[in-house]
Amino acid sequence: MKSVVAFVSSILIATVVMANDMAPDALIKSVSGEVLEIVRADKDIQSGNTKKAADLVERKIAPNFDFLHMTRLALGRDWRQASTEQQKALANEFQILLVRTYSRALTEYKNQTIDIKPLALKVGETDVKVRSEIKQPGAKSIQLDYYLQKDTTGWKIYDIEVAGISLVTNYRESFASEVRNSGIDGLLKSLQTKNKSGDTVAIKK
Amino acid sequence: MKTLSVRVKSVALMLLVAGLTTGCATSGEAKDPIEGFNRAVFSFNDGLDKMVLKPVAKGYDAVLPNPVRTGVTNFFGNVADVFVGVNNLLQGKLTAGASDLGRVAVNSTIGLLGVLDVASNMGLEKHDEDFGQTFGRWGVGSGAYVVVPVFGPRTVRDTVGLVLDVAADPVANLDHVPTRNILVAVRLVNDRADLLPADKVIEEAALDKYSYVRDAYLQRRRSLIHDGNAPREAESQ
Repeated sequence: MKSVVAFVSSILIATVVMANDMAPDALIKSVSGEVLEIVRADKDIQSGNTKKAADLVERKIAPNFDFLHMTRLALGRDWRQASTEQQKALANEFQILLVRTYSRALTEYKNQTIDIKPLALKVGETDVKVRSEIKQPGAKSIQLDYYLQKDTTGWKIYDIEVAGISLVTNYRESFASEVRNSGIDGLLKSLQTKNKSGDTVAIKK
Repeated sequence: MKTLSVRVKSVALMLLVAGLTTGCATSGEAKDPIEGFNRAVFSFNDGLDKMVLKPVAKGYDAVLPNPVRTGVTNFFGNVADVFVGVNNLLQGKLTAGASDLGRVAVNSTIGLLGVLDVASNMGLEKHDEDFGQTFGRWGVGSGAYVVVPVFGPRTVRDTVGLVLDVAADPVANLDHVPTRNILVAVRLVNDRADLLPADKVIEEAALDKYSYVRDAYLQRRRSLIHDGNAPREAESQ
C-alpha cells in the first residue's frame, strides 16, 4: 500500500515539476485548458457541487500557487510582526479561503472560453503578468490577469486580477483593520471562523 | 423631465448629506472617512436587495431562456453605447469613441434595434465608460468612498458622474412615462440578474462583506480609468 502511495505521489510530483518547467503563459494555458475541460464535462460541478470543484482546484490549480507569497501580499506591512508559526497558520487559512472562493467561481461556469495572451518573456525575468480574457456569449469579455514569480521550483502564481480586482490585495484593508483591532491572532481567528462557517469543504493537506 | 430633475436633486442631496456627515463618523480608513454612514446605507441597500430586487432577478433569470436574456442585455448595452462613445470622445480617445458610435449604428440597424450585438462579431469591441471615469481621466481625484442609497458604492467623484449619467440616460429621458418605467424596471432587473453569479463568490470570499465590496469597487474603478492597465499598487512592505 505504501509503495502505491509513493508511486502515485511521485507521478503527481513529476507532473507538477513538468508543468513548472513551462513558460508562464504556456503554464497558464495548459492548467486553465485542462481545468475548463474537466468542468465542461462535469455536470455536478456546473450544478453547484463545491466539494467536487474544491477537489479539482486542490489537485490542478493549487500546486501552481504560492500561498505564502499571497498571504504576505495580503497582509502588507503587518506580515513582519507575525511569527513564523503565525505566518504559516495564516497562509494555511488563507489558502482554504482562496480555494473555496475559486471553487465557488468554477461552479458558476457557463460557456465561457479563455483566451491567453502570449507573453514575450525577457531573459532573466522572474516576475511577470500573463494577461487573458474570459469570453462569454452575449456579454463583455472579462479581463483576467495572472501574476507569476519564478522560484527554484518554477513559476508560481501569486496574484490574480479579475476585471482589475486583485483577489489577494482586496483583503488588505480588512486584514489590516482586523490586525489593528485584535492583533495577528485575532485575524487568524476570524479566518478560522470564516472557513468553518457555511459549506465546509474538505481540504486535503 | 420633471421627474428627472427630482431624481438629480435627490442624488445631489444624498451627496450633500454624505458630505455633511464627514467628520462625525469614525473610521481608521483614509479612503472611507464616513464609514459609519456608509455601513448603514450598505445594510439598507443589502436589505432592499434581499427583500425585493434579488428575488425578482432570480425569477427573471429562471424564467427567461438564455438567448432572450442576452438579447435584453444587448438592447440596453446598445442604448448605453451612445454615452460610452460620448465619454470616450470627452476623454480624447477618438478612435474608441468613433468605434462606440459605429457600434450603435451597426447594432441599431443590422442588429435589430440592438438585440443582436453584430458589432462585436465585426471586431468593434464593447467598452465601459461613464462620466465618473471621464472626470478621473481629467485628473479629478476620487474623493471619499460613498455608498449611495439604492445605487450602491460610489466615490464622491463617481456620484457626481452618476448624476450626469442619469441626466443623460436615454431610457430615463423617454417622454412616454409607462414605457419609460417598464424599460427602467426591466433594465434594473436584468442588470441585477447578470450579477447573480458574482453574489455567491463574494459571500464565499469576504470576511467582511462591506469592506470586500468597497475595496473591490475602488480597485475596479481605478482599473477602468486606466482602461485595464492600472499600475500595480505598492506592496507597502
